[in-house]
Amino acid sequence: MNAVIIVFPGTNRERDMAIALERASGRKPTLLFHRADALPAGTDLVVLPGGFSHGDYLRSGAMAAQSPIMQAVRDFAAKGGHVLGVCNGFQILTEAGLLPGALLRNATLRFLSMDCHMRVERSGTPYTAHWQKGAVFRAPMAHGDGNYFCDDETLARLNGEGLVAFRYSTPAGEITDAANRNGARQNIAGILSPNLRICGLMPHPEDLVDPLMGGTDGLPMFTSLVESLATA
Amino acid sequence: MSTAPTSLDAARAKQLSAEFGLKADEYDRVLSILGRTPSLTELGIFSVMWSEHCSYKSSRVWLRTLPTKAPWVIHGPGENAGVIDIGDGLAAIFKMESHNHPSFIEPYQGAATGVGGILRDVFTMGARPIANLNALRFGAPEAPRMKRVIDGVVRGIGGYGNSVGVPTVGGEVNFHPAYNGNPLVNAMTVGIAPKDRIFLSAAAGIGNPVVYVGSKTGRDGIHGATMASAEFSADSEEKRPTVQIGDPFTEKLLIEACLELMATDMIVAIQDMGAAGLTSSSVEMAGKGGVGIELVMDNVPQREQGMTAYEMMLSESQERMLMILKPGREAEAQAIFHKWELDFAVIGHLTDTGHIVIRHKDVVEADIPLAPLESEAPLYRRPTAETPKRAVLDAAAIADPVGPLAALETLVGSLDLCSRRWIWDQYDSTVGGQTVKRPGGADAAVVKLDGLKRALAITTDCTPRYCQADPEAGGAQAVAEAWRNLTAVGATPLAITDNMNFGNPEKPEIMGQFAAAVRGMAAACTALDFPVVSGNVSLYNETEGRAILPTPAIGGVGVLEDAAHAVGLALTPGLDLVLVGATQGWLGQSLWLREIAGREEGAPPPVDLAVERRNGDFVRARILEGQVAACHDLADGGLLVAVAEMAMADGTGATLAAPPAGQAPHGWWFGEDQGRYLLAVTDGAALVAAAQAAGVPAAIIGRSGGGDLVLADGSSISVASLRMAHEATLPALMEGRAA
Repeated sequence: MNAVIIVFPGTNRERDMAIALERASGRKPTLLFHRADALPAGTDLVVLPGGFSHGDYLRSGAMAAQSPIMQAVRDFAAKGGHVLGVCNGFQILTEAGLLPGALLRNATLRFLSMDCHMRVERSGTPYTAHWQKGAVFRAPMAHGDGNYFCDDETLARLNGEGLVAFRYSTPAGEITDAANRNGARQNIAGILSPNLRICGLMPHPEDLVDPLMGGTDGLPMFTSLVESLATA
Repeated sequence: MSTAPTSLDAARAKQLSAEFGLKADEYDRVLSILGRTPSLTELGIFSVMWSEHCSYKSSRVWLRTLPTKAPWVIHGPGENAGVIDIGDGLAAIFKMESHNHPSFIEPYQGAATGVGGILRDVFTMGARPIANLNALRFGAPEAPRMKRVIDGVVRGIGGYGNSVGVPTVGGEVNFHPAYNGNPLVNAMTVGIAPKDRIFLSAAAGIGNPVVYVGSKTGRDGIHGATMASAEFSADSEEKRPTVQIGDPFTEKLLIEACLELMATDMIVAIQDMGAAGLTSSSVEMAGKGGVGIELVMDNVPQREQGMTAYEMMLSESQERMLMILKPGREAEAQAIFHKWELDFAVIGHLTDTGHIVIRHKDVVEADIPLAPLESEAPLYRRPTAETPKRAVLDAAAIADPVGPLAALETLVGSLDLCSRRWIWDQYDSTVGGQTVKRPGGADAAVVKLDGLKRALAITTDCTPRYCQADPEAGGAQAVAEAWRNLTAVGATPLAITDNMNFGNPEKPEIMGQFAAAVRGMAAACTALDFPVVSGNVSLYNETEGRAILPTPAIGGVGVLEDAAHAVGLALTPGLDLVLVGATQGWLGQSLWLREIAGREEGAPPPVDLAVERRNGDFVRARILEGQVAACHDLADGGLLVAVAEMAMADGTGATLAAPPAGQAPHGWWFGEDQGRYLLAVTDGAALVAAAQAAGVPAAIIGRSGGGDLVLADGSSISVASLRMAHEATLPALMEGRAA
């Protein structure tokens, strides 16, 4: 798997992502600064990691979505490339128009840093192949703007086409308001593009891939990717 | 062009010097050093360099008595931060610093820039910051403005730390009315660097370029250091313009750019522009190197138009660094800073004059000899008055009004013991992917070093009510508790940073508190091989004449050779609970006495440093042998609170033995005797036997299991209801909602 992690000014979870990708694939990913206008040849996964790109003083991810490298990422996606956006990366994907909807201020109006549980809503995708549908996993979340919003039409399409990847749930897998800390529409934590190759989610599976850090709940996302891309 | 600076009118200068905080005799010294009346810029430079904040003029004579050496200490106090050898060719670089006054005036920005400032102190030495902690003291929540202060400080720490991507992994919070008009915000950063790649601040090389990088200079924070060196009055809100505004995004870029530059060999010396900004950084770098420095203000990147030399030299705009580069390397260095979209400007050069010369618009605005600016800086051995000793209380002579379980339920929900989840849920504690023990999971935070087995344990500690009652015992206790908390996760404690928060040093009783606290700290540091490698002093923490509790906050760092050895505090079922250390039932200054009996009285518990070390070394050895499933030190609230905290961590209860015959039960359950740990182990008898062989008091006091805490008389309370009381307090207070 030739993974490329894009580093924007203010990105801060690129090392966490690199650790997770290397743990799953045995290969160090390439870190690419946002000023580049092309992806390295042979790239088969682009990751937009977490952080506060450009300080997120405008809408989160809005400026990063205009970075030089993002045209190359759009082209890569248009050709069927795999793109994962986590936290700020998810925000950038929505700002870049690669995924629908927007990430609003958390309903609590506070930054939320805690473990959350997510139910896997669709298995068999490059990002979820190693989970059963309905499986529940834990991951840290750490964001101020994670409240997923989209219009009713988009919501119907996401639900109808099975493009909701993950929903916030209780540890037992129940979809409740209490489990939905940031106030996301219908507890949506992560979504997929129609071709299932682009995935954005707010929590950080990359921060839970080592028993020493409290568990390996996040690892299946990365082992799924390794297997999918090896056979792609 | 090289004429002398234009002196102020003599009477005007004298009046201004007083406004800038210089005493009359200090101003006379300025006149004799210069041999003339100073210019405005010169007066500004003298007043900030000789402020309490920058000169440590009241505290230095005492700080010198602290032990600062050990074989593992690479750089002790005097650099931007302390540096210790942690093995594997790496150094830990760390410091704690206060931002008390700004955080009261403007809580969000005050706390945020406190975090920014301490981060710069650490990465300026070549370290990548890997952990932040904060030690906070707030007033009574019902005090005017206090909820706004609590909310703003927590948001500010989170807003800055979360954005720069350094995990906030621990800290401590106390509440006491003594902080109503003067809360404390002490921020600590720990960073990691190769031990042979440490960057220092002493300038060298006549003619070498002086380079300014980072944010532009504005008019914010002018005279911040002076403000931080005076008491508050009721009009403190009017001082808001002295508070700086933080930009964590620029700080993040500055970290990356500086670390990229530090990977080359271009830097001679580097220092952040902290308190007193360009003044202190240029004066200290040139002074330490024994060289002169000439700066051209026209070249300083400026955010506003029409700034004067005085304003630029005194500005405390954030996210700026000053560097001395090797000659001819400016273009290479500039390319790195431009990549990160940061300002880069050559603003001067080093000279052989031994003077700092400031030029602006072809006029010399200041010309000061550096040697006397430092050597003749005021140094005071202020009068001290000893704090009167308090009586030792006898637990048996104090009535227990409620019994142990009702007291426990009250205590775990009290402000000083309730869950801090509302706070740490706003701090990103996992960014970096190396956080082994997060807030609430263990007695100290544990952060692994990327790519290695090795981990650091980090804690902050101080018990201000002990320090108020007996500053010497309290100073020793703060150091001992930090050592104990590191030990309780299995780490070998290495060194501390101290953040000395006190009232007005011109009052003998306050100076006496300071001197006594230092005495106690020094004794503990020596006995525990736990030297001071960096620190910060914050005096004049008074509003309208009322001083805070003396608060010598200690930040401790220890090392674990293998992160997998770290233990947390959560109980699991089926384990023996073993109490290590002797219990006399010391209720003086205990939280039980304050919260249950309504009394703040008595002598605080003494720390027997030899016993402390013996007990701690015993516990650490057992942890590293893998015999301990969970460990928690006994601190605020005593034994029963410690059991409850271990139980609440994972929802596992325990059945506890009766107090030993002859002891007052409330003394046994809630006494705050020092040097104690509670261990959860599979074979309690073996542990007790090992303890006896080592001459360490130990006894099995219970067994884990079930969902309740059950006492020997059959009375019980569910862990769930304890948790409810524990978790409800801060959300109810701050959000008006249940947990």
